Amino acid sequence: MNSNARTPFAVKDCALVAIATGQKAQDLRELRDKLHVISPGSIYYHFWGGRLRPRFDDPQYVNDFATWTHYQVHDEMLAERLAIVDPKEFQDLESLRHELIEIVEQRLDEIQWPTVVPSDRQFHFIRSQIVVFDTGRVVESPEDLAETVPRMSLGSVFYHFIDARHRLQSGRNDFYTWLDGFGDTYRDLCVQIASIDPYFATLSELRTNLGRVFSEYFGRATS
Amino acid sequence: MRSVQDYASVAGQDVVEHLRQLAALLQGVRIVHVNSTRLGGGVAEILRELVPLKNDLGIDARWEVVKGEEAFYQCTKNFHNGLQGTPVPMSEHLLRTYEETNASNAEELRSVLEEADIVFIHDPQPLLLLQSMPNRKGKWIWRCHIDLSRPYRPVWKYLRKFTLDYEASIFSLADFSQSLPHTQFLVPPSIDPLNEKNMDLSSERVEELCAPFKLDAQRPVMLQVSRFDRFKDPCGVLRAYRLVKAFAPGVQLVLAGGAATDDPEGEAVLEEVRFEADADPDVHILLLPPDADLTINALQRRADIVLQKSVKEGFGLTVTEAMWKGKPVIGGDTGGIRLQVVNHHTGFLVSSPEGAALRTRYLLQHPDKVQEMGHKAKEFVRENFLITRHLREYLSLMVALIYGDEERIKVEMHVNR
Repeated sequence: MNSNARTPFAVKDCALVAIATGQKAQDLRELRDKLHVISPGSIYYHFWGGRLRPRFDDPQYVNDFATWTHYQVHDEMLAERLAIVDPKEFQDLESLRHELIEIVEQRLDEIQWPTVVPSDRQFHFIRSQIVVFDTGRVVESPEDLAETVPRMSLGSVFYHFIDARHRLQSGRNDFYTWLDGFGDTYRDLCVQIASIDPYFATLSELRTNLGRVFSEYFGRATS
Repeated sequence: MRSVQDYASVAGQDVVEHLRQLAALLQGVRIVHVNSTRLGGGVAEILRELVPLKNDLGIDARWEVVKGEEAFYQCTKNFHNGLQGTPVPMSEHLLRTYEETNASNAEELRSVLEEADIVFIHDPQPLLLLQSMPNRKGKWIWRCHIDLSRPYRPVWKYLRKFTLDYEASIFSLADFSQSLPHTQFLVPPSIDPLNEKNMDLSSERVEELCAPFKLDAQRPVMLQVSRFDRFKDPCGVLRAYRLVKAFAPGVQLVLAGGAATDDPEGEAVLEEVRFEADADPDVHILLLPPDADLTINALQRRADIVLQKSVKEGFGLTVTEAMWKGKPVIGGDTGGIRLQVVNHHTGFLVSSPEGAALRTRYLLQHPDKVQEMGHKAKEFVRENFLITRHLREYLSLMVALIYGDEERIKVEMHVNR
């Protein structure tokens, strides 16, 4: 028996507060320059943090840089290149930052004159504060995840499934990490969880998908 | 009085539990909101719902209102117009009245405000209260509901200096934030899905509530609900209506608005609108009392086309209200309307009466599109603009203010449930 068999999964929750950084970009050159200096927290916000904020789930553009390039700059080629950047493929936010700068630089080399958007269409760099708190709820055994996960708040889903990737050196989510601690017992389940893509789903879709995986694995009816 | 639990039916039980847990971190904290009117306008409406819900969560929150003479409201209306970019006069006499009114209100509210742990000052009207509170104990936050993206500089220059001693500001959109030496939180406002303005109504009840206005049930209705304010461009809506009428002669227009006690300009704008309407029997200009929430609800449900053709807009709660009723909105391409009306998805963004007319004609011809966009609009509001989300963000930022200013705040306190 390993240590996780005795350590319950503590369900945490989080809430996010968005904060204006005051940094703005009116064209691609400014976007590139600000990307060099903006805090990693702002890059995190524009890729992930916005999931806990009012936004329209645009099926095409899931990060704010691509959305702005599409809707305001009207540079479709760049929007597509930015949209395909998958943040979970990058080890940390610094490497993600460099990739973004690289893509924008490349586009600046290709075009003669970067479009300047009107002043009320600028890209506003936002950062966030995350408040993490204990819910007092624990999952004693992996079987209980089937019942607990569908009832979790979206903040808990965000914290354990998305935020964990940046919190933990392994880059894994908390469910995977906890189940992995049971050795090979839940290997198949870990693989299934890892195959859920958090990037193209809303938080409520993620909660549904996770709940389904746990229910099916443990042979319970999906609610 | 509604409880937080009542919102589980609309937002989900998980959302309600999340709120309870956040609120548990704020037990014993004394909160005061201050604005300048209890009736009329979006701010009063939000506070009327938000404060009792905080109380229901066990938080000691109260709502105070500053009072002034006509000259005070004239001055603050000028501020409002100026902050939204209109050049306005700034007479020394009105500025003195503004400063003196704040000072006298400070005397009346001193004991409450000095003892509070967190004070939210809404908009410029009570902004100067802080100057008169050298012995304040708590953190003071300026909550600006106005579109401050391109202010008339002399007005902002005058007011900005009074914001500097605040611990933080809150704006509805990043575009409204300013160069200030403190944290600027971003919190869009919200609607209450259970109040009289937004609750479900049967079609019979809608008919009954709309009956006094003698709308022809067989003909389509265009509607704009908002105060009679130039920034809402009611005359632009009239022009759009005329362009539509050339193609759809049966169309009727309802311009429905109330008056806020802190808006001295409403009467003059109403007269302009009446003049522009030129006694057209198909134009219904309704000056509604502040408690006409059910009527507004019914009108929004009855309308075939909902417009909010503002040229400046802090947020535009009437847009949210209509979207909650499953209506796509034709909105001015400005301010908070952009956050709600996602072009071609939840409505259309327009920049002219011609644009509004074009989109109106399109929707009148495509009822299937109205239904599809209306459904998207309602779900978008459910996810993002209900009071439960608003409450969560207020609670989160208060926790952030109390527990530290790092990017990640871990509150170890165990929450008993």
